[in-house]
Amino acid sequence: MAELSLEGIEKTLGSTPILRGVDLDARDGELVVLVGASGCGKSTLLRVIAGLETPDRGRVVLDGRDVTALSPRDRDVAMVFQSYALYPHLSVRDNLVFGLRLQKVARGVIDERVAEVSEMLGLGELLGRLPRELSGGQRQRVAMGRAIARRPKLFLFDEPLSNLDAKLRNKVRVEIKALHRKLRTTTIYVTHDQLEAMTLADRLVVLDRGVVQQVGSPLEVFERPANRFVAGFIGTPPMNLLDVEALDPGLRESLPAGCATLGVRAHQLRAVGEGEALSPGQPRFDVEVLAVEPMGAESWVHGVLAAGEGAAAPAVSADAADGAGRRLIWGSPNWQAPVGERMRWTAEPSALHCFGARGERL
Amino acid sequence: MKRLVPVAVHAALLSATLFALYPVLWVLATALSGAPMRSGRVLPWPEQPTLRHFADVLFRDDAIFFTQLANSLFIAAFTALVAVAIAAPAAYAMARFEFVGKRASLRSLLATQMFPGVAAAIPLYLILDFLNLLDTRTGLILVYGSTVVPFAIFQLRTAFEAIPVDLEEAAMVDGATRAQAFFRVVLPAARPALAVTTLFAFMTAWNEFILAATFLSAESRLTLPVVLQRYVGEHSANWAAFSAGATLVTIPVMALFFWLQRHLVAGLNAGGVKG
Repeated sequence: MAELSLEGIEKTLGSTPILRGVDLDARDGELVVLVGASGCGKSTLLRVIAGLETPDRGRVVLDGRDVTALSPRDRDVAMVFQSYALYPHLSVRDNLVFGLRLQKVARGVIDERVAEVSEMLGLGELLGRLPRELSGGQRQRVAMGRAIARRPKLFLFDEPLSNLDAKLRNKVRVEIKALHRKLRTTTIYVTHDQLEAMTLADRLVVLDRGVVQQVGSPLEVFERPANRFVAGFIGTPPMNLLDVEALDPGLRESLPAGCATLGVRAHQLRAVGEGEALSPGQPRFDVEVLAVEPMGAESWVHGVLAAGEGAAAPAVSADAADGAGRRLIWGSPNWQAPVGERMRWTAEPSALHCFGARGERL
Repeated sequence: MKRLVPVAVHAALLSATLFALYPVLWVLATALSGAPMRSGRVLPWPEQPTLRHFADVLFRDDAIFFTQLANSLFIAAFTALVAVAIAAPAAYAMARFEFVGKRASLRSLLATQMFPGVAAAIPLYLILDFLNLLDTRTGLILVYGSTVVPFAIFQLRTAFEAIPVDLEEAAMVDGATRAQAFFRVVLPAARPALAVTTLFAFMTAWNEFILAATFLSAESRLTLPVVLQRYVGEHSANWAAFSAGATLVTIPVMALFFWLQRHLVAGLNAGGVKG
């Protein structure tokens, strides 16, 4: 169990800055998820914590001790690699106890740990097998077991689910969450999958281009994104981000000064019924319906803001790039929507988010 | 049609094997013949089969053959050991680290492969003489080691590069030093390449004739290729004894090959990392 603190971590690879002054704290027993698009620096940050990369600037403090200059072996952290990195020539059992043997832990203790970990992860029957004789899911569990067996201060997970199929991924995700609840070891978990991030995290850290964009609970980040990047990254589907210029003039005037982008979540939109009058201050989105994607419990109705009332509908293309800033998705409870026709959507004023010209939240 | 393909493949493999084995069978037949082989015969079958030539080779001159066999085994084994011991860490450094002079080192290693070993015979002779290592097994091990190491480095470097860095990093996070990661993870994962390199080094030393004939003189110090050559002299040729000797010489190499074969497993590292 430990607290981790990163202070102003900077790292440049070649001439490319990867991390630009990252500050982060992980409290004792917390599961912190670093999430961001690929290339945002999250894996590099994890490697800096593990000691596999040395930061150009900044400090890594683990349990009050500055470990920045220490080698990985002296940090007492365990890491689950994206590739699992199981030792191919060693049996599952020997993989599990590799670290313990290096630490010269007594044989009796090693046997206890193996029994405990294999019980916890259901590895009992696999102990004698080689990694190549295991399925992807089993390898993943062995990799986790290897980390758990050492009882480190800190667990580091580097996209551990990305090589599993969707069904298995959901199952293992739940297992990881349950394991963390049981072990309560401080954990830093890296993923590019925001759904994984949302479901697992005690606290979410959104990274973009080596800079922390927001730190908060999954719900906070979802409900009050700190900027346009976070709004567009977190959530399935991501938040609808509309250019204020493209909005209905009445709505535009009601927005705070400096608002360049209006955000609204798909599930907070609703269709305006025929003959229904909107109260003053309630936003109005006149859209032309482009397509409907049935997702099961709801359908995603894709629309594009139509030109003002009475004006001719703009030529619409299904190309995603075309009409960026004017396209939006409505998470509709219905399977049907009039494709090619106009609809009027609305949302509660409290569901609207305003972002300034630089993407900052207003 | 589907059945014909494997049949054709087997037929092709069988003919290739027979083609390769034919001269070997002739050597064996000559070694086992009690009378000279008639010229013009096609099938390698011995005339008046006997084991006399093997006995002659083995027990001539108070069985000095066994001393010479021990020389060859000792020199070849230590050449393999020295070569792998030097080449493995060197190759690992070449595969994993960036350092000043890396490219130049690789190029100069490659350059040494362009010259035939015999071109260095005279300078090597002078060096061994200077070091008082002429006509010694140590001298020959050093010479063979230096000729084998460059190729061994190239071979092992390729093998180390193919081993995912994740494995070493996992070991280091698990508490290993770089050296422990090398010995406990990288070397075992490179077992097939180490086996091939060992075999290559052993065979190079085992088969080498010219340098051995140049640097060794005492009968009790000779290696088997030099001994064998003496059966086929300028004025007389004892082909039967030569063939018997040649047959005996192949046995240790074959034994080594069979022993190492289990390490030559394709896909040894499968399952270690996904991707």
